[in-house]
Amino acid sequence: MNLGTRKLLDRSFTALGIGSIVIMGLALLVVLFPIVTKGVGAVVFKGTIEHRKLLFTEFHHGAARELEKEVALSSNYRQKAFDMLASFDKELEQMPPERQDQYRDSYEQVKAALRALLGPLPGEEQPELARFRFGQTRWDKAEEKLHNLLYEQKWDYSNPDVIAKPYDVSRAASFAGTSLVRLFPYVEENIDKMMLPEWTFYWGFITDNSLDAHFFGGIWPEIQGTIFLAIGAMVFAFPLGVIAAVYFTEYARDGFLTSMLRSANSTLAGVPSIVFGLFGLAFFINTLHVSESKSVLAGSLTLAIMILPTIIRASEEAILSVPKTYKEASLGLGSTKWNTIVTVILPAAMPGILTGGVISLGRAAGETAPIIFTAAVSVGAAIGLGDVLSSPTPALSWNIYNLASEHEAAAEIRHVQYGMVLALVTVVLLLNLSAIILRARISKKLKG
Amino acid sequence: MPMSLEATEIKKNSQSAALDIYLPPERKKISGGGVPHVVAKNFSIYYGEFEAVKKVNADILSKYVTAIIGPSGCGKSTFLRAINRMNDLIPNCHTTGALMFDGEDVYGKFIDEVLLRKKIGMVFQKPNPFPKSIYDNIAYGPRLHGVKDKKTLDGLVEKSLRKAALWDEVSDRLDKNALGLSGGQQQRLCVARTLAVEPEILLLDEPTSALDPKATAKIEDLIQELRGSYTIMIVTHNMQQASRVSDSTMFFYEGVLVEHAPTAQLFTRPKDQMTEDYITGRFS
Repeated sequence: MNLGTRKLLDRSFTALGIGSIVIMGLALLVVLFPIVTKGVGAVVFKGTIEHRKLLFTEFHHGAARELEKEVALSSNYRQKAFDMLASFDKELEQMPPERQDQYRDSYEQVKAALRALLGPLPGEEQPELARFRFGQTRWDKAEEKLHNLLYEQKWDYSNPDVIAKPYDVSRAASFAGTSLVRLFPYVEENIDKMMLPEWTFYWGFITDNSLDAHFFGGIWPEIQGTIFLAIGAMVFAFPLGVIAAVYFTEYARDGFLTSMLRSANSTLAGVPSIVFGLFGLAFFINTLHVSESKSVLAGSLTLAIMILPTIIRASEEAILSVPKTYKEASLGLGSTKWNTIVTVILPAAMPGILTGGVISLGRAAGETAPIIFTAAVSVGAAIGLGDVLSSPTPALSWNIYNLASEHEAAAEIRHVQYGMVLALVTVVLLLNLSAIILRARISKKLKG
Repeated sequence: MPMSLEATEIKKNSQSAALDIYLPPERKKISGGGVPHVVAKNFSIYYGEFEAVKKVNADILSKYVTAIIGPSGCGKSTFLRAINRMNDLIPNCHTTGALMFDGEDVYGKFIDEVLLRKKIGMVFQKPNPFPKSIYDNIAYGPRLHGVKDKKTLDGLVEKSLRKAALWDEVSDRLDKNALGLSGGQQQRLCVARTLAVEPEILLLDEPTSALDPKATAKIEDLIQELRGSYTIMIVTHNMQQASRVSDSTMFFYEGVLVEHAPTAQLFTRPKDQMTEDYITGRFS
């Protein structure tokens, strides 16, 4: 090969390498950007007076006095809208029955839209579900609901060859000639006085329990559940994995049985996580009865089984990479094998072992399938440390899936879902970061 | 303890007078030294089927320095490592014949190899300090053997470092990581670490082959310092080194102990043609 071609090849490989790194970085950005921006929206948003009412009555945040003032202020403006409804009620009574029928349905729709915006109308019973007891707590949602109040959505079926398209019809037009017509421009003009939106930092999203199946409130139970499960899995898997690795590297003789065990371990690392989930249900709960039904303990054990092969493999590599000379030096000083392993080999292998631990910790925190049947519930309060043996827990990974696919009001609470995703990424990052810092400190100590 | 026939015989022999034939007459005699400390009788070492060391008969005299020379792969390191049973680490390595240490069969059934290695310390080819502080490196052995008292440990650390001529260089940074030392300092640290468990024999397996000439000279000085206090065996590739530091020299070739004689005699008037060819550089 001549010099020119060689240089050209060199350069093109460099370009290829840089290119793939740039693509990876871009992909990371594309994934992380919406997670971060929308996830932050769960904590920082324009909150309305309904949000503050909710926080005060359900979570006891905020000051009563200021809230009273605000409620009085907004009630002034709301009352006028309610007065308009009342006067239309009277007008409706005096109408002939066929005209009453003409307005009845659309009037009910108007009331429903107003209820969604401001909460229950005066004189109505307090609904059972929290989500109906309050109006819109977020300004962006309030604007959507305002649109629903002002416009009725209809579908255009005129062309049978194309899919029908929605179009908006002003509700004011359908009430032309009645007293209700004044309501629409009034609400549109005074909506911000009725709702009093202001920028809110809702830290409670991280520290509060959820209310009405994540409709309101925070995700603390999920965050705590994820941490419990991940750390619980490590408590079981880490010592077991390291001991198994020590056995493989220091004690096992090379033979048929050892090589079988090794390949079994590698196979286990490739088993899909849902299989571990079902195994956990069948073995830990139905056979061993570690708990009555789902529990953090059963979930941790299942996750531990799942991450065990990774920890064993990483620890084996780490132990094998410890220079033989350390072992010789220690044995040469009259140390026993066991003592050599504990005082020399394991400390020297610890950075590598911890790297495997970090990877496994992240995986244990993020996996959904193993905890579906063994530990996770969709809704629940944060459990105490004493309940981990018997109680199930909500967990971020499972609740993200749940909110995306099974929640009956998923579309209404997308911000919670994004918030959970951001929280999961952050929790994994923080767990990893602490392990990485620990590893760096050990490495530094070893290198001097 | 059942003892092989050879072992019993050696035990009888070792009661007899010091084996002065191995010692240089012009050197100052060491009081209390010169008795057989390690005795090999028809001692062979096998790696599986391969006989790496063949029927060696030798007496290593206490408190003197014995050098082992020979070309690569001649079995000199294997022989050295057999003395404190470091060869146990190698799978399917076994021995025949007898190797006696202080009248006990090293490969006997009831020998505790951990205790044996405490008495027979070893320094390896490449400096291998633990990734711990200098202090912890030295204190590692004593701690293993149950010394817990801080004052006793401090004393031991200082004494060992002084013996290894390293104290003046590291006394102000005992808590620093040992891997921060230079290669020569690391090797002297390894010697100090071995001395800290108060062994009787010091096995040096090519201790200077990874060091520069200056560091090598320091190690050689150190060996001279330690001569008379410990029985020292040193494997070396460097014949000048063997002639400088040792009292007697063993020449191995292809697993066979060709000649064992006082160093001055072996290097000036070798009895064996093979030895002469080797020390004059006809082969290596």
